[in-house]
Formats: sequence, structure tokens, C-alpha cells
Amino acid sequence: MTVTSNSGPGSDVQVATDLITVVIDGVEMQVPKGTLVIRAAEQLGIEIPRFCDHPLLDPVAACRACLIEVEGMPKPQPACAQALTDGMNVKTQYASEVARLAQEGVMEFLLLNHPLDCPVCDKGGECPLQNQAMSVGRPETRFDGEKREFDKPINVSAQVLLDRERCVSCARCTRFAEQIAGDPMIELLERGAKQQVGTADDQPFDSYFSGNTVQICPVGALTSASYRFRSRPFDLVSVPTACEHCASGCSLRTDYRRGVVTRRLAWDDPQVNEEWNCDKGRFAFTYQRNGRVEHPMIRENGELRVASWPEAIDAATRGLAAARGKVGVLVGGRSTVEDAYAYARFARTALASDDIDFRVRQSSDEEAAFLAARVAGTRVSASYDGLEVAPAVLLVSLEPEDESPILFLRLRKAARGGTSVLSVGAVATDSLAKMSGRLLTARPGEEAAVLRSLDDATRSLLSQPGTVILVGERAAGSAGTLSAVAELADATGAALAWVPRRAGERSALDAGALAGLLPGGRPLEDPQAREQVAAAWGTTPADLPAENGRSGDAILRAARDGDLAALVVGGVQLTDYADPTLAEEAIGNAGFVVSLENHHSAVTERADVVLPVAVVTEKAGTFLNWEGRPRPFGQVLRDALTMGDAKVLSMVADAMGVALPGDVRSIRMELGSLGPWAGSRFQTPAVASGAGATGTVLASWRLLLDSGLMQEDEPHLAATARPTVAMASATAVAALGDTVTVTGPAGSVTLPLKVADIADDVVWVPMNSPGCHIHTDLGATPGASVRLTAGGAA
Amino acid sequence: MALTPVITEHWDDPELFTIAGYRRHGGYSALAAALKQDPDAIIGTVKDSGLRGRGGAGFPTGLKWSFVPQNDGKPHYLVVNADESEPGACKDIPIMIANPHSLIEGVIITSFAIRANHAFIYIRGEVPEAIRRVANAVREAREAGLIGRDILGSGFDLDVVVHAGAGAYICGEETALLDSLEGLRGQPRLKPPFPAVAGLYASPTVINNVETICNIPYIVGRGVEWFRQFGTEKSPGFKVFAVSGHVNRPGIYEAPLGITMRELLDYAGGMIDDRPVKFWLPGGSSVPMLTAEHLDTPMTYEAMAEAGTMLGTGTPMLFNDTVSVVKAVTRWLEFYKHESCGKCTPCREGTYWITGTLERFQEGHGSDREMEVLTDLCGQIAGRSFCALGDAAATPYPAAMKYFRDEFAAATSTPVDETFDPAASYVFSGAAAR
Repeated sequence: MTVTSNSGPGSDVQVATDLITVVIDGVEMQVPKGTLVIRAAEQLGIEIPRFCDHPLLDPVAACRACLIEVEGMPKPQPACAQALTDGMNVKTQYASEVARLAQEGVMEFLLLNHPLDCPVCDKGGECPLQNQAMSVGRPETRFDGEKREFDKPINVSAQVLLDRERCVSCARCTRFAEQIAGDPMIELLERGAKQQVGTADDQPFDSYFSGNTVQICPVGALTSASYRFRSRPFDLVSVPTACEHCASGCSLRTDYRRGVVTRRLAWDDPQVNEEWNCDKGRFAFTYQRNGRVEHPMIRENGELRVASWPEAIDAATRGLAAARGKVGVLVGGRSTVEDAYAYARFARTALASDDIDFRVRQSSDEEAAFLAARVAGTRVSASYDGLEVAPAVLLVSLEPEDESPILFLRLRKAARGGTSVLSVGAVATDSLAKMSGRLLTARPGEEAAVLRSLDDATRSLLSQPGTVILVGERAAGSAGTLSAVAELADATGAALAWVPRRAGERSALDAGALAGLLPGGRPLEDPQAREQVAAAWGTTPADLPAENGRSGDAILRAARDGDLAALVVGGVQLTDYADPTLAEEAIGNAGFVVSLENHHSAVTERADVVLPVAVVTEKAGTFLNWEGRPRPFGQVLRDALTMGDAKVLSMVADAMGVALPGDVRSIRMELGSLGPWAGSRFQTPAVASGAGATGTVLASWRLLLDSGLMQEDEPHLAATARPTVAMASATAVAALGDTVTVTGPAGSVTLPLKVADIADDVVWVPMNSPGCHIHTDLGATPGASVRLTAGGAA
Repeated sequence: MALTPVITEHWDDPELFTIAGYRRHGGYSALAAALKQDPDAIIGTVKDSGLRGRGGAGFPTGLKWSFVPQNDGKPHYLVVNADESEPGACKDIPIMIANPHSLIEGVIITSFAIRANHAFIYIRGEVPEAIRRVANAVREAREAGLIGRDILGSGFDLDVVVHAGAGAYICGEETALLDSLEGLRGQPRLKPPFPAVAGLYASPTVINNVETICNIPYIVGRGVEWFRQFGTEKSPGFKVFAVSGHVNRPGIYEAPLGITMRELLDYAGGMIDDRPVKFWLPGGSSVPMLTAEHLDTPMTYEAMAEAGTMLGTGTPMLFNDTVSVVKAVTRWLEFYKHESCGKCTPCREGTYWITGTLERFQEGHGSDREMEVLTDLCGQIAGRSFCALGDAAATPYPAAMKYFRDEFAAATSTPVDETFDPAASYVFSGAAAR
């Protein structure tokens, strides 16, 4: 047999594997040498009971539920740890009385101290212990002693609860924490029948990945505060979907009951998230219900009032038609490909404008050029699987654990397998240590200079075939960085991928929601591209905007200065812009603002027409993750009536007399008919390295769990967030003490100060956490010069 | 058969524990000779001697050493298992207290043979006397240039670390011992890889019992033929037997393997008050019990196996007819329940169940059904647990049932303290009479 892997660069290499012949329950089969009995049996459809076994964790053979008979071995062997050798003859419980009795005995032991409180247990109905007790256990226990008891439940974190008496000591949770997440904050304590999972005193299990332990717990011992006692599994409707929280692109399963989402689980996607997800993706979904814009609204005599859909569409149409040619379109970073495509087409056709941008964050023209030249519409060149075989991975302006947590897990896995991880950044974080990474220290603002002066050893490390460079969205804030990254990729031959934070950024980029770019990375000014797109859109090239439009920041300035007459704003939080004051003034000064939103916001407050749109569970769509891999998903809540952005835009376009498909299926077909772009591309930018600001400069990124709007109303999750602290060098902390006031142009924040491995003239604060929102509180972005003062005195 | 004091020969010298005392009796002369040999030759000598591990399993020592891959570029380690915690076993601790330098000399020679530059002695934490004596011996040996760099000009470097355990029986299991030594929770490791290939710090490691290592200087110093004159073909050499229980002179008796329990019992002054032997265990609580009919069975690995038991640690415990088997088995199970590490299900839950049931038998509340259930449970643990602790816990009950089923049957209606007056079995009653 030859195993062909079809992912990642150079993946059409055929790998020949040593095959051996084995017999399981009388069936002869060939498997690669070293295959575990339990995995081979699965291939035959033979299910051997198991608790501690998990295909992504190292075997431990602790629970002994999987004992099977191997010919020639005196004792039954654990199938989860027994590697097959050539000619091995294995008998499972179906063919061996020894194996059957061994499994039955273990099952009887497991139920001994288990409370059998299935009727009140969250796991009841989807419980491996329940199921396997039925399939291989004795009908009745012979134990009539007293069961071990524990106080219940205990919090191993604010989000994860532990009922110790239900635990079967399989150690899946502790092994996950140690092997996968690198957060060994839970461990088995005590011994014998008193053995239990626990944490160190006052050190809760505040891992970003803690929710996975709830999912892989084979009994009801670990439960989440958000789901505990909320539902029974058999009352739930389960729908596979994709995560909307970041660009990692996790497959999820969303469970709902009576139209209300009760929980989300990581779904099995070996190429992307394997079987894991982060706690934000798992627990942050209550925002979908609360604070929603429920009805269309129009402004009348200065006040917003509820309106009917026809009334609101009419108002939007009239306002936009009057401003045609002078309308800016701001698409938030959370749109699906289909919605972003609708915005892109709506802008170019109905509004006759190329003033469109999806980047609701710090951005630059260099970045727009880089994305147009190197990212938009490109195929998957660097993949998750590719990371595992990469000799080296270089991270630039990217903190994966906070900004793309599943990327972090895969990088950690890769590092454990021998991949060297290097990071160009300001702080040697704990997270980097978990990836055994090496920091190439760059003062914020000076990343390009560091990239352009790498030593020979590092350059030759990066020149090995299979090397990957991952650059984060924060690179846009440091002049020359993206140019330098592209130069380095060209010089070393490394694969290059851009890792934005939000789930919709790559989707919007490829859908053409950026000035100068039509769908699929087609340059607006390329005649062939215009022809293709015009044909798909049922118009003529001449009717498309002739010149490249404004970037997001330019749109905001133009709106503020009265150069744009109207704005169409979809899913934008103004404080996410590097200059929130400019954004507010732009919305305030724009003559006419149409807001497509699902939540009340600073934009809906000021808009002339507010059109409610669907959240991710109420519509179908596709996200492109950082790899460029499509993550299509269907509508989760079957009965939801709220329309998606594309549908709403199509109604407005229709009223303006312009055709625009509004349903996901038509848009997908249209995108499919456009196909990939093979023509000319933008020039890669060549911007000189930034010099960096003088004095103490600010380093910052968004923590995974912070003040983000989509984490609202989930207090248990919020309680596991990292505390809001500033970080500085030991020298700086010695001078400043344990509290620091950071002052920027707009104001100050006072935070506890911790020592970190960081340059003396750099201070790190979280970008958008409770008590520290740098855009609004400081008026600063990473790389800006800030002033530090000791204690609370500003 | 005559006693053959070797390791114990000069224990009457109160200064033996010092390096001067040890040297006075020829100590460290084997080391000087060994360091001039080819390490492989020493491994060959130990192989030829047929020395078998004295920790209980009886695995051939030389063979174990030869499993260590040579010229593999990795550091090698010697770990001495001095975590003697088996109920009834008390031989390593007296050796370490009385003659610690024989252990140190053995450690140096063994490390030289297996090319280890670091050796660790993992001593049971509850015996500070032994820890102090061994630590002192290491210090003296270091000061004398026997530990450290370029030992006796041979170019061989060795550092020896004395490590105190924290009170867990499981840490006598060699892989749990390694985890404990590495600072982890002491629980047995999945094998393979075996310690000889990936042991301490994932490097090739030899783990030997104290008494095994103490044999090495004598074998290397006096030769294979001298060693093989004692014992049998399959169990060559001598053994430090620690006799305890209802005997008049409990203590250490070093004799050739193959001596019978009856002979050892004679040396130990016979049974207290001449009461009959009711049952006895050749080597700790983890081996099946025997009765008076087995007193003439040679104390060798092979003869004990034939009798359905094991030589184990070679520390016989003898019980007279005042002792309730039910109570003795319950005590042992309480020990295993307390010491089960919790890693695997059969041992963790099985010891919990069996102990609870036996405690009811002890109160006279057993039942015929539960006697059968207990037999089943032991079968569900033996050979199914992760390590030998579970196997050991599943041993006492079936062995006791083999010879004393009636006592368990009686315990279904009568508390054992009514059948057997506990006061009658107290050793001090007999001792006082003496």
C-alpha cells in the first residue's frame, strides 16, 4: 500500500510504508508496521472498549478496558498500546473468552465507585462509560460495599467543573493539558481509590483550551459551567458548522434545542483543527442571542424608529441612489465569502464605487498592496499539515496562542515533532516557550529591519525546503514589514501565509471587498479581469469603476471631510479602528449612513437606516481560513428568519434596479463560474524599513479572551481570561515597581506590572482587555511612543 | 547446610560502616582490580556467575547489564533500588546500615561495567538511618577518591547521588522509581521502551536491588568459581535471608541458596513456644503462602516456583497456629489498597473492593457468595493490572484459600477475633516467657 497525502506543498510525494500481515478475530489484514491493535481493529469495524485511549494522545494503557488476547502472550494485552508485529494473531472480545472476561472485569471495576447518577448527569445519553458498560459489562454488579464519595462539584476553573466521584482516572484531561495544550495546570493527585484530578492551590485551569477536556472526558466528570444541567443530549439538534471567531477555521458542531444554541463542540477535521478548538470558539456564543437589532429602523426627525422592511429598503435606496458614485463601503472583518462578495459587487455596480475596505483595524497601503500581490485569490500554499513537516516556521508579528489558537496547537505539535519555531516579535512569551520557539527580538516598528538583517545561520535555516513564514495582521502597523517578509520568502523559497485574526478577513479579501481588487484577486484595472467580472455580473467593463478606490482609512477621512456623501457599514465596531475618533467623525459627518448590523452599536446609533442581519447560526456561508481553505457551513437554526447581509443587499440593489444575487447558492455558483485568476497581479510592495519611534515604545496584541463584543454575556469564560497586566523588562520593573501608568496621546491606563523577557525600552499591554483599550484609552497603536510612570500617578 | 556470611561477614565490627572499617576487612580491593579490567569482561564475569536479582523477580543480573546498548552516544545511568517497602522484607535496610560501603563499591564497579558516569541510590524515605549511613559512605568514598573524577587513576568518572523517596511502595517498581527520581509523580511507565534502552531521562539505565549490587565486589574480587560453589545451577550464590515472625531469633541469616526453611528456622531458634508453623511466606507478602509441609523445600528460585510460590525477596515470614489467615490476608490487602498508585483500574478499584469485603469477613459477615466473588476479583486483577503491584495484591487471597478455605467459611458467621484470640499471637507474649 502507498499512502498519499494530498495536503501541503510537495504533498504529491508517495510514501511507501512497511506493511505487515496480521490476523484480528480470524480476519487477515495488512497494516503499516507499528499500528496499534485498537486502530487496526477499528478498520475492521471491531470496536474494542476504551477510556484512556485517544488517537491524538500518547498511549497510557491505564484504564485496561481494551484488554485483548494476543497469541503467544501469557497475559491479555491492552489494545491501545500493543503495536502489531508481522504475523501477530489477535483475538478481541468477540473471539476470545479471555478478552471478553478481562473487559467485563475491568468494566465491573470501573462502575464500582461510579455513582451511576446517569439520570442527572450531563453525559447521560452520550456517555462512553454508559455505552460500553452496556456493550461489554455485566448486567448487574456484584459489589455491595460502600462507594467512595467526594464533595461535588469542584471548580478546576471558572468554566470547567469536576465531579470527582464520576471520574474513572483515564487521564485524558491531564494528558491533553500537558501534551496538546502545553498547560499542565491539572494533574492527578493522591493515589489508589482516592486518586483525583486537581489543580495546585489558587492556580485554576485557565487554559485557552480547557473546554476540550470536557469534550474528551469519557464520563460526566468534567462539565462546563455554561452547559451543566442545561439539556439532555437526545433533546438536541446537532449541526456541523464552522467557527466565526478567528481565521483558524475550526470545524464545529453546534447543538441547539428549541431554537436556542446550548453548546458548541470541536468537530473532527484532521486537516485543520484535528479534534480540538479553543474556549472562545466553544463557549462564546451567547452574543448571538443578546443585544440584537430585531427590526429595521429609519431615522425620522433625528430619531431612529422601527420601520417595516419595505419602508427601510426604500429609505436606504433613496439615500444611496442620491449619493451614487460617492459612497464608501466598510465591511467588517467577520463577513462570509458570500456576504463580502455581495458587498463587493453591490459597491461596484449599485453604488458605482470602488471605495471599499474590510480592514476594521490598523491597516496600511503597503498591506493592501501586499495582500493584493501575494494573498488574494491564491491557493493553499502553507497548510496546517505542512507545518508539521516544515523544518522551520518563522512567525512575524503573530502571537498564535492569542491570535489563532488552533494554529498555536498545530505549531506546538510540529515543534514537538522537531520543527524549529522562530518568532520576530517584542516579547519572549510563555506561549513561544510552549512551542520551544526562539525569539528574534524586534522593537515594535522595527520588524522589517530585523527581517532584513537576519544572520546567515537563520537564513540558511529558513532556506530549507518546506519552511513556512506566517505573518500576522499586526505587520500592517510596522512600515516595511510585509515588504521584508515577501523579500525573505522570495529569497529563501519559503511558503508564505498571512494570518489575520478575524474569520472574515481572508473571505472578504478573496471576495473583492478591497479597493482595487475584484473577486479572486483580480486587479480592478486589468482589462481581462474587468471583462471576466463584468460578464459574471451581467454588466459591461465600462460600467465598473474605472480607477482604484480609497482604502478604509481614506474612506473615513473622505467621509469626515465631506468628500463622500454616504457610507454603507456592515458589522463594524468603531473602536476597532486605529483612530476611533476619526471613525466616529466619519460616521457623524457622512451625509447618509446605512448600517447592516446584528447588534446595536455606535454605528447603528448614528445611522440613517439600520437593517438587521443574521448572525452566523442563522445563515449559510463560507469562511476562508488563514490557509485560504474554504470552511463552508449551513444554516444551523433551521427556523431562523433573519436575512444575511447578501440577501438584504440584494433587496436594496433590486430596489435600485440593479441585479444582485442574494442567496448563498447563487453566489457560490457565480464565484465558481468566475474561477481562479491566472492573470496579472499587483506588484509586491517594496517599502523601506521603519525606523521605530523614540523613547519607550508600545507592544500590544489582542488577547484571545478580552473585551471583544462576541464574548459578551459569558461570565464563566471571561473569568478564565488572562489578567490585564503590563509587561516590561526586569530593569524597567525594578525602576517602576509593581504598578505602572502608561500614557499615550489620548490618555493613560494604570496596570499591574509584571516582568517579562522584553527589551528595556518596550512595554507590553493588552490591546483590548478590561481596563486597557489602547485605541481609545491611549490613542496609540503598537510601535507608538508612550510614557511610563511609576504607580498610579499619570 | 552451613551459614555463609559474605556480605554480613564482619557485621560484628561496629566500625564496619566507616570506610576505614570496611577497608580493614579487605574492602575496595575488588574495585582496584575491576578498574584495570575491560568493562565487558566484568559484565561477562557477572553473567557467568549466574547472579540473579535479589529484589524479588530473580532476573539474571549480567543479562540485564548486557541489554544496555554500548557506544550509543547517550549517558548511561545506574539506579540502585533501595526502596525496600515490601511487608516482611527487611534485608536491604540492614545491609545499608551495617555495611554501606559494600553497596558503594558495588555501585562503582557496576557503573564502570555499564559505562555509567552517574549512579543514583533511591532509598526508602522512612529509614533516615539508612539514608544517613549511605550518604556518609558516599561522602567518605568521594573524599577517598573512589567517587569523582579519574577514580584511582583509571580515567573513569562517577558521581553518586543518594535520593530519599517520599513514602510510596509503588516507587519500588522500577519505572515508577525512575519517574519519582525525575521529580514526577511515582507511577509505573508503559513498557516498551524498557529502562535498559530508555530509562532515567530517556537514557539507557540499569536498575538493581541493593543486595544484588552488594554481591558484585565479591563476585568480581573472588571469582565465578568461588561464587558458584554456593547454591544451585539455576540459583547460584548465597542470599541474605531475613527471617521474621513467630520464631525465637528473628534476624538476618546469610546462607547459600538451596538451604531449606527448616534449616533456617533452626538457625532462628525454632518457633516460639514450639508451636507449629501454620503458614509461611518465602519472600514478602507478594508471594503465595506455603505451609509446614513445604519446610523442606530448597530456598531456590526454581524450587519455590515448583512449589507454587516465589523466592521473592528471600525474607521468610513464619506464622504459628494462633494467627487467623483471614486477618493476615486482610492486613496485606489493606496495605495494597493503601499503596495502589491509582493508575490502572484493576488494581485501584480491585484492592478497594477486596479490602472492603475482607474487612467484613473479619467481622464475621462474609458469605459463601462473596468467597467466590473474591476469587473472581483476584482473577480480574492478576495479569490485567498495569504493573506487578496489582498481581501482588491478587496473590494472598487465592493462596490462602488453597490451604485455609475453612477459615474463610467460618468467617461467614464468626468474627475472626472470636476464633483466634489476637492476644495469643502477639510475639511479645512468647518473648516475655523466654
